[in-house]
Amino acid sequence: MLKELRPAVMSFLLLTLLTGIAYPLLVTGISQVTMPAKANGSLIMKDGKAVGSSLIGQSFSDPKYFWGRPSATGPMPNNASASSGSNLGPTNPALLDAVKGRVQALRDADPGNAQPVPVDLVTASASGLDPHISPAAAEYQLPRVARVRNLDPDALRKLVAEHTEGRQFGFLGEPRVNVLELDMALDAMR
Amino acid sequence: MSANGLLQIALFLGVLIALTKPLGWYMAQIYEGKLPIFVRWIAPAENLFYRLCGVDSKEEMRWSRYALAMLWFALLSMLAVYAMQRLQGMLPLNPQGFGAVSPDSSFNTAVSFLTNTNWQGYGGESTMSYLVQMAALAVQNFLSAAAGMAVLVALIRGFARHTVETIGNFWVDMTRSIIYILLPLTLVLALALVSQGVVQNFSTYQTVPTVETITYDNPKVDADGNPVKDAAGNPVTEKTTTKEQVIALGPVASQEAIKQLGTNGGGFFNANSAHPFENPTPFSNFLAMLAMFLLPAALCYTFGSMVGDTRQGWTILVAMTILFVGFLAVTEYAELKGNPAFIALGVDQNASITQAGGNMEGKETRFGIVNSALFATITTGASCGAVNSMHDSFTPLGGLVPMAQIQLGEVIFGGVGSGLYGMLVYAVIAVFLAGLMIGRTPEYLGKKIEAFDIKMASLVILIPPMIILGGAALAVTLAAGKAGVANPGAHGFSEILYAFSSAVGNNGSAFAGLSANTPFYNTALGFEMFVGRIWLMIPVLALAGSLAAKKRIPASIGSMATHTQMFVWLLIGTVLLVGALNFVPALALGPVIEHLNMISVH
Repeated sequence: MLKELRPAVMSFLLLTLLTGIAYPLLVTGISQVTMPAKANGSLIMKDGKAVGSSLIGQSFSDPKYFWGRPSATGPMPNNASASSGSNLGPTNPALLDAVKGRVQALRDADPGNAQPVPVDLVTASASGLDPHISPAAAEYQLPRVARVRNLDPDALRKLVAEHTEGRQFGFLGEPRVNVLELDMALDAMR
Repeated sequence: MSANGLLQIALFLGVLIALTKPLGWYMAQIYEGKLPIFVRWIAPAENLFYRLCGVDSKEEMRWSRYALAMLWFALLSMLAVYAMQRLQGMLPLNPQGFGAVSPDSSFNTAVSFLTNTNWQGYGGESTMSYLVQMAALAVQNFLSAAAGMAVLVALIRGFARHTVETIGNFWVDMTRSIIYILLPLTLVLALALVSQGVVQNFSTYQTVPTVETITYDNPKVDADGNPVKDAAGNPVTEKTTTKEQVIALGPVASQEAIKQLGTNGGGFFNANSAHPFENPTPFSNFLAMLAMFLLPAALCYTFGSMVGDTRQGWTILVAMTILFVGFLAVTEYAELKGNPAFIALGVDQNASITQAGGNMEGKETRFGIVNSALFATITTGASCGAVNSMHDSFTPLGGLVPMAQIQLGEVIFGGVGSGLYGMLVYAVIAVFLAGLMIGRTPEYLGKKIEAFDIKMASLVILIPPMIILGGAALAVTLAAGKAGVANPGAHGFSEILYAFSSAVGNNGSAFAGLSANTPFYNTALGFEMFVGRIWLMIPVLALAGSLAAKKRIPASIGSMATHTQMFVWLLIGTVLLVGALNFVPALALGPVIEHLNMISVH
């Protein structure tokens, strides 16, 4: 019984040092030297200060901004220290109420726009931090933002296009618009 | 489905199959002790390791001693991971100052990680220090995967050897799995992930100003930190505003790499692979999916190579792939179709070139439907349990597939090591059934399958459904079990059934609405994870020992060939039949009823 105890204890300790200390430190060392911006959270810097991360969405509800995916994190939306989805099931009345409320909020912010709402704009993302919306969701909001900001819709469409990423390498994933970067660019236009 | 969607799936399968042979060959060389020339420079370090540990690498073990070594190792892992969580507040590398984790949650998490389950009742970024994440949890990601590979290799030796008492040396098999296979692959993968934006640092969480001031309802707490409730028992909230966002960071990439490659699945963050810092781009997602199936697929080739007939390995791989594609088609179809109740609300769910459409609740924009459904089918075919979308919010049929794949025993590629040893047990059952049909003594790979072998195989097949269904039945009869349910109706039952399936199958994904961080669920699921892993490994090792001791019978005209198309379908039939007999009634009460409810809206 006890014959295997020494190998068990020793290999556990040595493998912990190897895989739990040496390995993560090596990865940290290499990535901090070769890819520091990515390894530290793809932070958006302004005047030497971090003002957001291009990978972490923020919450928007003012009609002058493009809105991102709804977020189910608590207690506040887009809580980047407690990521979470809604975990509402497809037949849960609470899900239908939430979607109904979001459709209404979009319609209230843009009276007269009777277009169907792109689904990603009214459903909570998996992480609660999704930085992107679909190009359809950006196009849906474009007339509203243009009107509130007195912008030419076509000029605004160009700005949206600049913040739209296609499929990676042309075929992987989905096309998407980075909401925080787009809204920061909008504010910088003034 | 769009042409692009099909292309992404075909590319995934193509790259996977292309890597199977080279990696499978390499692993066979490692386990047979024939180190390829490009890794021989590591051998002195390996030998030093054995000297320090007091291991004689030439010494062979009988199955019982092999199992005992594995059990000692599991016990130590359990104690270490438990202790580190309980002592967290006193240990370094804890920039957020997290205190000790509760005893029941620490127990659950320790069992969860040592059994390769990585069920998570806690939210990573709000509970665990960097030290616990990397030196307790991520270490188990390596060790539990290596233990699974070791047990598989022992079983393969049972088939490959004849008339011997021993099946290898646990310490050697485990050590080689880590230093020659897992570590080099994770190092490359971790750096590739950082290049996509996965974070890797030891910084304090970053506070940034938000563009808009955010108003939200904050639950009120009294002086003792307990939530204040009104007369009706509802929590009282107060309007609060904030102009800041606190962004969690950490040594994520190193953990993410082994989490995927070792089919562990325990996320650094609560949202797991849906979190943009764990899985920022479609390419990181592709790598994550590839990593989950890479070793399980390649081990099929390793198996064929070690038993001296690579056709045997390919046959198993073909059966796995057919099952996988079938299940994938159902998930993709159901999720693309979306939620019929949304149509009346004026929501556009049609896929087009400007949106993914479909059921986007609990999914990320960059992955859309195609890559969310693909990831979900992979993570539950493998015993990984990482998620890039929330399975709880899947359509009923889309959610049925992950649950059913777990219940089949995660043999569709399956966990690293555990998937293939599970499938080989099914193969033993399949030749037994075929033998019964034609009235001959069953054989597999030249080994006569006798009463003891069938008993061991039956334990592996029958223990999981017994404790999954028993556990779920217990939970629905107890107030403590029902208290955790988040969604009403049939979906609530699905949450409980999924939790017990995931625990026993050592998957770790969840219908995460279930509040499982309670003494009842932490204890019950902890027990089930332990049984689902350790009590299956022991009969598998006993089977290995029994097979190794047998004579090899030369193939005759009466032997059933096990590298043919017929055997592929026999194997698939056995897996589906055993699974269906056990779980159809329970699935009917959950996802099937919910599906009928959902479509009857129209």
